[in-house]
Amino acid sequence: MGMNQRGTADVPVLVIQPSQGWTALKLRELWEYRELVYFLVWREVKLRYKQTMVGAAWALIQPLFTMLVFTIFFGKLGKLPSDGVPYPVFSLTALVPWTFFTNGLSQSSNSLVGNANLITKVYFPRLAVPIAAVLSGVIDFAIAFALLVAMMAWYGVTPSAALLWLPGFLLLALVTALGVGLWLSALNVEYRDVRFVVPFLTQFWMLATPIAYSTSIVPEQWRTLYALNPMVGVVEGFRWALLGSGRAPGAMVVASAAAALGLLLTGAFYFRRMEKTFADLI
Amino acid sequence: MSGIAIRVHDLSKQYRIGALERARSFREVLNNAFTAPFRALRRKGRKQRTVDTFWALNAVSFEVKHGEVLGIIGRNGAGKSTLLKILSRITEPTRGRVEIKGRIGSLLEVGTGFHPELTGRENIFLNGAILGMRKMDIARRFDEIVAFAEVEKFIDTPVKRYSSGMYLRLAFAVAAHLEPDNLIVDEVLAVGDAAFQKKCLGKIGDVSREGRTVLFVSHNMAAVRALCKRVILLECGAVMRDSTDVSEAIASYTDLLSVGYRQRRDTRGVGGPMVFREIECVVKGEQPALRLEIRATVESVSPHQGALLALDIADASGVVFMQAVPSQEPWLFPVGGPQQCTVEVELPPLVPGTYRVGAWLGPHFTRTYDEVPPTIQFHVDASPDPTRTFPHCPEHGAIVPRSRVVHHELAVAGSRRQR
Repeated sequence: MGMNQRGTADVPVLVIQPSQGWTALKLRELWEYRELVYFLVWREVKLRYKQTMVGAAWALIQPLFTMLVFTIFFGKLGKLPSDGVPYPVFSLTALVPWTFFTNGLSQSSNSLVGNANLITKVYFPRLAVPIAAVLSGVIDFAIAFALLVAMMAWYGVTPSAALLWLPGFLLLALVTALGVGLWLSALNVEYRDVRFVVPFLTQFWMLATPIAYSTSIVPEQWRTLYALNPMVGVVEGFRWALLGSGRAPGAMVVASAAAALGLLLTGAFYFRRMEKTFADLI
Repeated sequence: MSGIAIRVHDLSKQYRIGALERARSFREVLNNAFTAPFRALRRKGRKQRTVDTFWALNAVSFEVKHGEVLGIIGRNGAGKSTLLKILSRITEPTRGRVEIKGRIGSLLEVGTGFHPELTGRENIFLNGAILGMRKMDIARRFDEIVAFAEVEKFIDTPVKRYSSGMYLRLAFAVAAHLEPDNLIVDEVLAVGDAAFQKKCLGKIGDVSREGRTVLFVSHNMAAVRALCKRVILLECGAVMRDSTDVSEAIASYTDLLSVGYRQRRDTRGVGGPMVFREIECVVKGEQPALRLEIRATVESVSPHQGALLALDIADASGVVFMQAVPSQEPWLFPVGGPQQCTVEVELPPLVPGTYRVGAWLGPHFTRTYDEVPPTIQFHVDASPDPTRTFPHCPEHGAIVPRSRVVHHELAVAGSRRQR
């Protein structure tokens, strides 16, 4: 909205007027509302597994069962190469950040519509809603990551010093999920088609990401282009940091990070542009 | 702006009535994009599709002094809620400008963001954060909030186990302990029992005595009279009265309640042989036996068969929930010029609120001469059941059917007594 805080004397003056076109992100105001983001994440985490039978075990079931299916069909029957790492560990290393990404993506896409009662009743920086939706997935990620660590110990896979880069790759997955989530959540307010797009998009995206297969089957000269899919950088990064397989995926990670930042920035600006219509359309 | 806390200048907000029928899927958007150039060509010769828009607020200007308690009154649909939504930054104006000195807090609906599964304690923090309070401030005022809400014993119980009274008290308590420089209070506070209402009004009075500016919106004229030193009366999105003579402004408001709502139409491009020129609707009688009087002016523009009239009645969101057809036989025949007719509809016991009437004209049900979408408003201000103590809300529907107890006795059968 076209508002700015102008300081006259000591009391700030809030100006409300129609805004046109692209508006500033107002990250400072978002920062002032960081406690709201915290409470929204907390609410989400607290309520996600309420009234479910197995509770937080759902965070394990999703990657674990996908890993089993992948291991049987792609690993054993399809005999896909896994860079010398046991196939279950190879695929789970990719599935853990992938599950975080897809859950973050679908949660944030639905976040605005799911919080319609807040949007139409109170003012706060709307960006807080999809951000909280993506962040709430970090807990599930931590649970699934514990499973991954156990699997690695079982198969005797030890990480190298590259492990220190891991938080960076998690951040990359988060930025990607948020970037797409911002686009889709804003579109979802006006076009409810989004809820049909999301399952299709994640399925399609999974095939374009080296989860079941290894990047080594992609010809060398195409890899940087391939890494414009930011999840390629995330998965490659996770495998490199945890399994120590192959060389450092430098160029690929740079390409992925650039694409992810592009998604985040365009998503954030598009979101801010559409924001003024949210309360009227939702 | 010394001494002025809120300055509203030329504030306007336009809505589309057809919003419900707006393109809501990619397919339609794509369709529109492709066919738009062709439609532009065709439009030259053929009827023009007009988008129904209306100004919920139209060039509203006023100033509120620091520490003033301003009452905002008006019929349902007069623009009060839109004004509040703009001031509390939920929606953006189409035109105009507002300047607000200091922090602004709004109580548009208590309990926003309350989650039934969370405990009272958890909801206080969550709701406080949503309303823009710091965790520290909430913690500091926590005991005060709990005491005000009188829910000490249940503070660690999920709020889904609360009675509706407890829920409301807690929700209001959180909101009332915000400490903004400017406070916007909507009708919602008028819910709950009499004792609690009194407490709420007392709290608002305290806030103003602390030197804060309060905008108070209510249909409760006794409360307006008690709290406000100045009143703005809104009607059709514009300021009709702005007066420090509260009684006079309230009198104008009560006058308005008995006047009907009239819509004149631009009938160019309708295309049918008989069209509506003007429709007015007035509510008569007392609850629960209200009557809706609809006066329509129709005119024949070319020869046609006899027509009949149907009236759709929709709720505030535009959903038609009943239709009245005063005569199944055609009764409007072409005459040389406009003709006036009056139709009376016996209303069922309707819940207080805004309703919209739409009208249809045609020779039989498969052919339409003219159609006015449900845009002609009428208001119901009293409950059909004066003995009802709990508030009406949309979850309970629009109609309160008459009901009575026909039989009641002690169930003495053995199986029923054991529980």
